Amino acid sequence: MVSFTISGTTEGSDLQVRKVSKSFPAPEKTEGSVLALSEVSLSMAAGELVSILGPSGCGKSTLLRLIAGLDAPDSGEVRVGAEAISAPSAERGLVFQDPNLFPWLTVRHNIESGLVARGVLHQKRAEVDEFLGLVGLEAFADAYPHHLSGGMAQRVALARALINHPKVLLLDEPLGALDAFTRMRMQDEVLRLWQARRTTMLLVTHDIDEAIYMSDRIVIITARPGRVERTMDVSLERPRQRANPEFLRLRSDILEFLHFAGNTREAMTPELRNL
Amino acid sequence: MNTSVQQLKESVSQSIAEAKQGWRAETRAAVESRLPARIVLALPMAVLATYAVHLWAAQRQPPAETRVYSVFLGMTAGFAVAAAVAQFAWRGMRRWMRHMCPIIAAVVLLLCLWEVITSGFRWLPLPYFPSPAGVLLSLLEDSALLFDSTWHSLILLLSGYALGVIVALVTGICIGWFSHARYWGMPLLKVVGPIPATAWVPLAMVISPSTLFSAVGLIALAVWFPVTMLTVSGISNTRASYLDVARTLGAGPCYLIFRVAIPAAMPSIFIGLFMGLGTSFLTLIVAETVGVKSGLGWYVSWAQGWAEYGKVYAALVIMAAFFSSIMTLLFKVRDRVLVWQKGVIKW
Repeated sequence: MVSFTISGTTEGSDLQVRKVSKSFPAPEKTEGSVLALSEVSLSMAAGELVSILGPSGCGKSTLLRLIAGLDAPDSGEVRVGAEAISAPSAERGLVFQDPNLFPWLTVRHNIESGLVARGVLHQKRAEVDEFLGLVGLEAFADAYPHHLSGGMAQRVALARALINHPKVLLLDEPLGALDAFTRMRMQDEVLRLWQARRTTMLLVTHDIDEAIYMSDRIVIITARPGRVERTMDVSLERPRQRANPEFLRLRSDILEFLHFAGNTREAMTPELRNL
Repeated sequence: MNTSVQQLKESVSQSIAEAKQGWRAETRAAVESRLPARIVLALPMAVLATYAVHLWAAQRQPPAETRVYSVFLGMTAGFAVAAAVAQFAWRGMRRWMRHMCPIIAAVVLLLCLWEVITSGFRWLPLPYFPSPAGVLLSLLEDSALLFDSTWHSLILLLSGYALGVIVALVTGICIGWFSHARYWGMPLLKVVGPIPATAWVPLAMVISPSTLFSAVGLIALAVWFPVTMLTVSGISNTRASYLDVARTLGAGPCYLIFRVAIPAAMPSIFIGLFMGLGTSFLTLIVAETVGVKSGLGWYVSWAQGWAEYGKVYAALVIMAAFFSSIMTLLFKVRDRVLVWQKGVIKW
């Protein structure tokens, strides 16, 4: 079996999440706080593509914000390579479900914005065209974001994050808002970018098929508080077939683990009923 | 994958091309077709009617007024005829006429109605309501002074507006972005801002070395409040996710303020600029009426003092043209700066 992950050179870096906990103030008028993440640990090798799978509200996005450095954990630490994370930086790119393109900039200037922010546009101007080409949007370089379809906008967001050559690319349900066909096409697109850039990618999703189709490893997180319940290796050969028996076996494994394989609500464990 | 991207690109560019073609065909049809007779004839007919009414009403008017008014109407008629001829060969003129002829004809007919009411039937008392011919004569006779007044008003308005906008942008961005500035600045803004700038006139007269100086300050103050308020609201309503994205792209505070928060606040800032322009007109005229010894506001009160109401109306006509030109200019600037909103909002 050929492994695409760690072969060849990677510009990615390894990622260690060690016993990270995070709580938020409780909703108004109630005392105390809500524990969003409880001692979550996760380890990724350089160039790996790992999915975090879990129901909404399980703290997946919180975890990504901690890794990005946008929020600080209450305890535990996040390391990229040898460096502990304390603030956001261009080394950890983040793509949200909403592409969040700057509406006042054209596609080209959106992709450039990372270079401008770091003050290196002069040296790296040539890369803008390279990344426009990488996501196949040369024809739309001068269009404003609202002229783009959802899939195209998300491709611009990916190019904008990748142009900084991040050591880790964090994807927060990037394909969640797309229709089923566009989503499948974009899954291939993200895989192509991953293989082309060889960066470490952490993908948050609630789509089981997407997790199996794309990742080397799947980390299942349950809610309230968010904690890692299980880690599964996906050793299917790439490119993967969605109808492959092994694919389907993994799928039913996960469904069973999450008690969605056809159980009635009564048969669920109490914590899963809350999902 | 590549084929699907290719297909997508093709289908999109095809639909764009189709849309362009459709638009071209439509405008071509509109431009190429002959103008209907009612549009070509509207202006000459309106001028003719107005002239006829004038000849009837002019028997009771000084001959000088009739002379200038006849020349004015004659020039309008000449222009209408020239345009009607030119539009056969000139496509741009045809489009312009299709758009403008009904409006211009309506304006000429309003002049006619005005003449009927004033010098025609004398329904309105005379010194206060001169005929259009009388106003035109005042406009021409006093054009040098009017021009000078307009020039002084322009200088005063622009210096006050510019000063107010610059100060307002700085305070607005600080209050909108920095929480300390917000804590100390917001109460001041909320308490002092709503006082109409004109209410400061007595104080301004006492503390400032010259009336010109105080007028600039008053106009700046009038502009400052709305522009600051809307800059603050625009900056503090910047979507947090834009800022998060920028941070993960390696942005420092300068980038976040100048390349994210300010562009995101621009639509709101422009609303403030328009509101500020309105209050600056008001304050300009009040300041000129009360203190400054030049400008259109001063001219109006001076002409009123001599009971020369023709000159008052002449100044009002100039003011209308002057203020609406400045307003149009600001709209043009907005269209340039906020071009990215085209298609997002009803333009």
